[in-house]
Amino acid sequence: MTRLIFRLPDGSTRAVEATNGTSVMQAAIQGNIRGIEAECGGACACATCHVYVDEAFAGLVPPPEPDERDMLEGVAAERRSNSRLACQITMNEEMDGLTVQIPDRQF
Amino acid sequence: MGGHVVAIGASHAGVQFVAALRELGHDGPITLIGEEVAWPYQRPPLSKAFMAGSTAPDNMALRGPDFFDMSGIVTRLGIAVRAIDRARQQVVLSDGETVDYDALLLATGTRPRPWPGGPMPEGVFALRSLGDAACLRTAAEHASGPVVIVGGGYIGLELAATLRGKGGHDVTVVEAAPRLLARAASSDLSALVARRHAEAGVRLRTDVGVTEIDARDGKVVAVRLNDGSVLPAALVVLGIGVVPNQELAMEAGLPCENGIIVDRQCQTLDPAIFAAGDCTLHPNRFAGGMIRLECVQNAHDQARTAAAVLMGQEASYDTVPWFWSDQFGMKLQTAGLVEGSVRSVPRGAPEGGRGAFYHFGPDGCLKAVETVNMPAEHMLARKLLAAGVSPPADQIADPGHDLRGLLSKPL
Repeated sequence: MTRLIFRLPDGSTRAVEATNGTSVMQAAIQGNIRGIEAECGGACACATCHVYVDEAFAGLVPPPEPDERDMLEGVAAERRSNSRLACQITMNEEMDGLTVQIPDRQF
Repeated sequence: MGGHVVAIGASHAGVQFVAALRELGHDGPITLIGEEVAWPYQRPPLSKAFMAGSTAPDNMALRGPDFFDMSGIVTRLGIAVRAIDRARQQVVLSDGETVDYDALLLATGTRPRPWPGGPMPEGVFALRSLGDAACLRTAAEHASGPVVIVGGGYIGLELAATLRGKGGHDVTVVEAAPRLLARAASSDLSALVARRHAEAGVRLRTDVGVTEIDARDGKVVAVRLNDGSVLPAALVVLGIGVVPNQELAMEAGLPCENGIIVDRQCQTLDPAIFAAGDCTLHPNRFAGGMIRLECVQNAHDQARTAAAVLMGQEASYDTVPWFWSDQFGMKLQTAGLVEGSVRSVPRGAPEGGRGAFYHFGPDGCLKAVETVNMPAEHMLARKLLAAGVSPPADQIADPGHDLRGLLSKPL
């Protein structure tokens, strides 16, 4: 299990324990984190699990594949250089403490 | 609105509805009733990642294990509803228990169209639920002969791709219409998909019907076609469409045709009863009339609309339909509705594995965009369709022309 921290739009934070091998999106759903919609269930088809990865962890998260980069063009909230789709980030033990910010909207 | 809200159906629409009600501030009791025992889960992976064995049921949950408890939503899973008593505002469960409601959502979904002629021999499957998918997956792991898929729609083709691609099975798809995906895709896309399947070794038999499913000792052995041919089969999957689960609504006197009829507010004839998802026949501006849609987008968006209307907001369902499919490494995405389009313009190189087909109606307006491995184009298409913007053909045909510019122009 690896600790994953969500920074919510209201400024509060929530920590969840994520099983290695699951995605940040799946961990959010399991942990009842609001603001991750994940309408397509992780197929990289809807862009409603948008998160901003904390800069401190940028090096630990592999860069997005072309499909994800493409889908990020369609996110509802502001797209930033650290924008990612949570369904495409797979947790591993090196990511302990990974912090992601939930944007203000997914639609 | 502080009354008791009951939702029948605990899949995409039902779960989205109860979650949205809480988010919008409903503080009265909520009960979610579902026929399946399984914890509410995502259906799209059933024919794809789950079938391929690359995702576990835990990772398909629509909500976390304590979501409903934490949200004060009572779940009644593994129980069917026998009747709706509109006069008493009660639903009657299969065990005879009654549940009072102040507002009710019907999110009853669909079920696979049954094969005419009664019980099927062992080795014949349909796919709707996690239970169906688990049985089919196990059977496919053990099947030592050919697989025949009856029906060349999205589910049939996704299964064909998974069973051929990941399972290495000998797979034949039989489709009664002259082409694959006759209902949901353009002829351009269906030809492309057919070629990709053929290249991967899937046998395709279109324009031919199944007359009989042969069994020996209670186990399926072959599928007979109306051109006289016989396809040996160790495993048969019936993907011949679905029928809406509308009997509860009909018996309660609510108007139904091909689906439970609702308006743009997702309300039935009875203002206390809403419906959302695959089971509804609803007015849809992108269809130019009434339509029943079978897709996750429609389930979620209608559920949100119903919740908002119930909470007294001015809301109406008016979202661009979209859906996706993954087959043999192709990400196929459709925005809008292809049906009724008369002209198509390709963009990029869909045949080469990356491109799109833009489809236009008789009035020259953009109706749908089908993309192949071009997710950004799909997202753009949704915005173009929502805004009612129809890109000129020469701009579409020029892959270097950035169509995003069309959206920033003042209307």
